[in-house]
Amino acid sequence: MSTQALSTDQAHGVEHLLGHADDSLVLAQRLGEWISRAPELEEDIAIGNIALDHLGVARALYTRAGELEGEGRGEDHFAMSRPEREYRNLLLVEQPNGDFAQTMVRGLFFDAYQVELGEGMAGADDAEIAGIAGRALKEARYHLLHSSTWVIRLGDGTEESHRRAQESVDRLWRYTDEMLEELTPSRRQSWGQVVGGALHEATLQVPADPYQRSGGRRGLHSEHLGPLLAEMQWMQRSYPGLRW
Amino acid sequence: MDAAQLSGAAMVTVAVPPGLERARLAAGQVVDPEIPVVTIADLGILRDVALVGGRVVATITPTYSGCPAMAQIEDDLRLALTEAGFDQIEVVTIQDPAWSSDWVTEEAREKLARFGIAPPSPAGEVLCPRCRAASPHEVSRFGSTACKALMVCTSCGDPFDRFKEY
Repeated sequence: MSTQALSTDQAHGVEHLLGHADDSLVLAQRLGEWISRAPELEEDIAIGNIALDHLGVARALYTRAGELEGEGRGEDHFAMSRPEREYRNLLLVEQPNGDFAQTMVRGLFFDAYQVELGEGMAGADDAEIAGIAGRALKEARYHLLHSSTWVIRLGDGTEESHRRAQESVDRLWRYTDEMLEELTPSRRQSWGQVVGGALHEATLQVPADPYQRSGGRRGLHSEHLGPLLAEMQWMQRSYPGLRW
Repeated sequence: MDAAQLSGAAMVTVAVPPGLERARLAAGQVVDPEIPVVTIADLGILRDVALVGGRVVATITPTYSGCPAMAQIEDDLRLALTEAGFDQIEVVTIQDPAWSSDWVTEEAREKLARFGIAPPSPAGEVLCPRCRAASPHEVSRFGSTACKALMVCTSCGDPFDRFKEY
């Protein structure tokens, strides 16, 4: 985990924080695309709430990263002024929402990861980071309840919902290694048990194809991040330094 | 905020600066913008009020990471402290320790229930704020704000918000 790196290598620590902040911001932005389009009103509110939680985590982590970096850069700079290649988010979170099943499967994979991550970071030496992670951990557990409930319901639902859920698992599984390689072996195993348990209950299969993709943490993204950032950043790009 | 609870005689001996007392009173009266029957002090959002030099420093912490009310709360604090006669005001947001619904005061729990919101219940017992019947049905884990879930009473049929345990 990054906690060691933070106390020994400040620059490395800042980079790590930015990666996690980028995960939260990009996922918040993706989830926001559902607002007014979710299958039912309660889901619209649920997804909006979850997006807000992710946005809040991103803001807190950017702020802390800026303080540790000590160059006067804050949340607005990190979110609105960095180009695609400087974004360090996981490939998983930038993938398009697809249908509702795909969004829930992505949620299951990420929420279970964020629980493992949060449990590790909540013990960070840096009290601010520990506090942010402690809060995010409670939220991630709540998000996981939501996503896993839906994946089970869709996977073990109708023929059509099962087909779509399975296609989503097949499509997104290739982005899980990149995410899990940051976790300790025991946390990786724990993620596997949580996700595997949910998929099993949902009567869904983990793809046999071992193909995996990575690169997000090094700034090498899929084609989907650019348009997302273009939409999110256009105002600061058009009017640099603009303030409300 | 122990000083606020001391008797007048005791306050003379501990010599709380009169400005601090005024600042704490003003900050303590700021209500939550989304649940205006309770104050931010009641909810455990207001963590500290201090005088540093001539400046008032109010410290707050968010309930949820994504609580959209934080900016409004900061504005409301500035307004309340300005009206109390302070011109140098700093509002600091801290992340540690992470907020917990255990910090919601007993008084606030009663106010929430009277307002129609089932208060956080560590024992997990949720009563309908209208008819006091137990075992309501959960409609959605996500309610009108991040800190609430949407319930419906199985006895009187009334829908209501429940303040979640966190």
